[in-house]
Amino acid sequence: MVTVEDCSKKRIVKEIKVDLDKCIGCRACEMACSGFHAVPKFSSTNPARSRIRVIVEDRKDVYVPVRAGDYTPAECNGRNTYVINGKEYSECSFCTASCPARDLFKAPDSGLPLRCDMCADDPTLPVPMCVQVCRSDTLTYVEREEESREEVTYDEVESGLESLANRYGIDKVADLVARISRTKS
Amino acid sequence: MRYAETGVNLEVDLSRGSVERVKTDPELTRLHLGGQGTAAKILWDRVPPEVDPLDPENLLIFSTGLLHSTLVPGANRTAVDTFSPQTGRYSHSLFGGFFGPEMKYAGYDKFIFCGKADDLVYVWVNNDKVEIRDAGHLRGKGAQETALILKEEVGDPHAQVASIGLAGENRVYLASIEHANSSASRGVGVVMGDKRIKAIIVRGTKDVNVAQPKELAEIGIPMYKEMYDNKECGDSMAHGEGDEFHVDNFAWGNARARRKNFFSKEMEEEWVSLEDRLRMRWTGCHNCPKDCHQAIKYPGRMPYFQKCYSKLTYAMGAFGDLDFDYNIIGITQEYGMDAYSTPQVIAFAIELYEAGILTDKELPDFPLFDREDSDGIKVNESRFFYLVEKIARREGIGDILANGVYAAARQIGNGAEEYDHNTIKKFEQVPIKLNYVNYPYFLMYATGEKMNITQIEGSFPQAPIADKAEREEFVRNWDAAPERFKKWFLAWEPRQNPSLEASVHICDWNEAMHYIDDAIGTCAFLSSFRGQFGGRPPYHIYNLPAFITRASGIELDSDELWEVSRRNRNLVRALNIRRGLRRADEKPPADHWKKREPENEQKLLDMYYEFKGWNNDGIPTRETLDRLGLDYVSEDFIQRGILVEGEDDLS
Repeated sequence: MVTVEDCSKKRIVKEIKVDLDKCIGCRACEMACSGFHAVPKFSSTNPARSRIRVIVEDRKDVYVPVRAGDYTPAECNGRNTYVINGKEYSECSFCTASCPARDLFKAPDSGLPLRCDMCADDPTLPVPMCVQVCRSDTLTYVEREEESREEVTYDEVESGLESLANRYGIDKVADLVARISRTKS
Repeated sequence: MRYAETGVNLEVDLSRGSVERVKTDPELTRLHLGGQGTAAKILWDRVPPEVDPLDPENLLIFSTGLLHSTLVPGANRTAVDTFSPQTGRYSHSLFGGFFGPEMKYAGYDKFIFCGKADDLVYVWVNNDKVEIRDAGHLRGKGAQETALILKEEVGDPHAQVASIGLAGENRVYLASIEHANSSASRGVGVVMGDKRIKAIIVRGTKDVNVAQPKELAEIGIPMYKEMYDNKECGDSMAHGEGDEFHVDNFAWGNARARRKNFFSKEMEEEWVSLEDRLRMRWTGCHNCPKDCHQAIKYPGRMPYFQKCYSKLTYAMGAFGDLDFDYNIIGITQEYGMDAYSTPQVIAFAIELYEAGILTDKELPDFPLFDREDSDGIKVNESRFFYLVEKIARREGIGDILANGVYAAARQIGNGAEEYDHNTIKKFEQVPIKLNYVNYPYFLMYATGEKMNITQIEGSFPQAPIADKAEREEFVRNWDAAPERFKKWFLAWEPRQNPSLEASVHICDWNEAMHYIDDAIGTCAFLSSFRGQFGGRPPYHIYNLPAFITRASGIELDSDELWEVSRRNRNLVRALNIRRGLRRADEKPPADHWKKREPENEQKLLDMYYEFKGWNNDGIPTRETLDRLGLDYVSEDFIQRGILVEGEDDLS
């Protein structure tokens, strides 16, 4: 992805490590996640609303917990099959996307995409819910500091401009951009 | 709004091909909680004793437990209830895995099947959309093979399947219903086959709501850790340690002899290494941190899940070895056959052959025994493979053996009845032969109606603790036990029976906890079965009320919870009483213990019946029934002349 460089600084990277060999397929992570994100909190559970799903093909010994990532409007035009330790995994088993090819990570009623927010809450949970209930240690939570280049993507610039254009009209926005570009150059 | 439950049952009439969503009465949930309890009520209302189990009017009910699909870990056992053609009576079995929770997410507390389809069908439940579809292409397919085909066919890998194999299709009485890593048995698979249901596939994406969200999460979330850390719950014997217990204490062959000290260090090493080679993974059931099931890949067999004592039932029945057991389960689970009763039926047939009651005429090309084992005993592995095929297909003698030991013995005749020594109430029992009568176990075997001792025993320890200080320490931390049991346990010395009075209470407590589990869906390995080894079940009579109240909104305390279990227990008893069960049926296998105490045993029965509020013939009295809100049962009993008005307590 093309990026626009802004500035460099440290940031906390939150990561959930997944050890596929340890998963017992209990799907407690789905229960805890959907409960936590219910409104009011814990008022209901529903794996279909969970932002983590365990992809299970039990006769092939495939157990893969996957967290919901970004929404994508298109499905892949080609998919890979991975063989790891003699077991065959479809690329979809590892893919975090909410996409048209499958019903994962879409709210059951509205169809709106679901995305893992690492249980961002007020106050923030020390450990995300799915990790808290995963006693087999398939999921472990890691926080580390990372030098990062704060990135602004063209996508974000574009959608920002688009919403400004929708609100104020494209002419006004074009004038504004022209004026700013004169002062910056 | 309904909490924990959906408030809707799915009614499927297979004869008419109709499907209906029916709202349920919340009052029934308050009275019975759900699962087995509400299923018993439906069976009482709709299946009178005149209905033969193989009549279309018999019902096959799949029930979720009240706590399924909530944040209460380990609530996932689905109850299947019906009437069994093998016993003519109430049949109840549970299976773990993921099916019940998925039913609830699809919006249903129960699936109720009545009637019979013309030909093999499968039922596809996708939230509100329900279809009865032709299953011709699945005829003869293995149970798990069927599950794989159907998930592909409906295009939903998240769907859950319960299916039967060849045995169920052929109405073998030993047939099981298979699902993911679990199976249901004891008479339910044959009824599913008789209704011509090859499989049920369900997918749900609806919310399940709870009454007190924050409060439930407060006690539910910590249970994951508590259960995981508690080594005395789950199938603590699955991970190798149980082999010695089963090998040395359970009977071999046709439930004949114990082989004490047969298990050796070398066997242990060999077995552990074999299992490590065959096992793909340990797995668990829905929303439970325990890993009680092994995923097994045996060369040449479909991968399958092994649980509990099944890894030895075939081996010990055949005087074979562990490798043989893992091999044959690869076949029997695909055929959908109960791993408890099937080996017993086969071992029974082999004894009849050895005795000349069955001959080469009934068993054409019957293989020779394979070899002699280290004790010079004939190993019958090939014969087991032979008979499994005959029974699953109801072919030749298999057509008779498929009816179970009790019926087969009578059909074969010619002295075969003598070899039926391990059934009670027409059903195969766990092969255990011991020396001295055990009072609480006498009562559990005699009066239990869940047909397998593992579904009746479990809260009071199986054995006393010899060391006084250890015993006191055990009792000090025994949160699960009502006070009276602490006193009795402290007084219990090795090689003694608890007192008659204590034994009555022990039997009552043990079965009460199962009736609770089977209504709310919690696994016996976390509760009703687990107190007997170590006394530390994560769920017990004192902490369960909070889980039930916070999930469902039904206010109740420990006494009231016990009262619900009493209600369910009496209703189940009533189902069987109406089908003829009486005191005369209530006895353990005659040779279960070598040394008996006939007088005390009858005294125990008298005391137990009185304690339960049953008359001398084991029939719940009008007073008992009415007090439990089961006055519709007492009225029926009086109408049928089972109880006589005014003198029921004396009859």
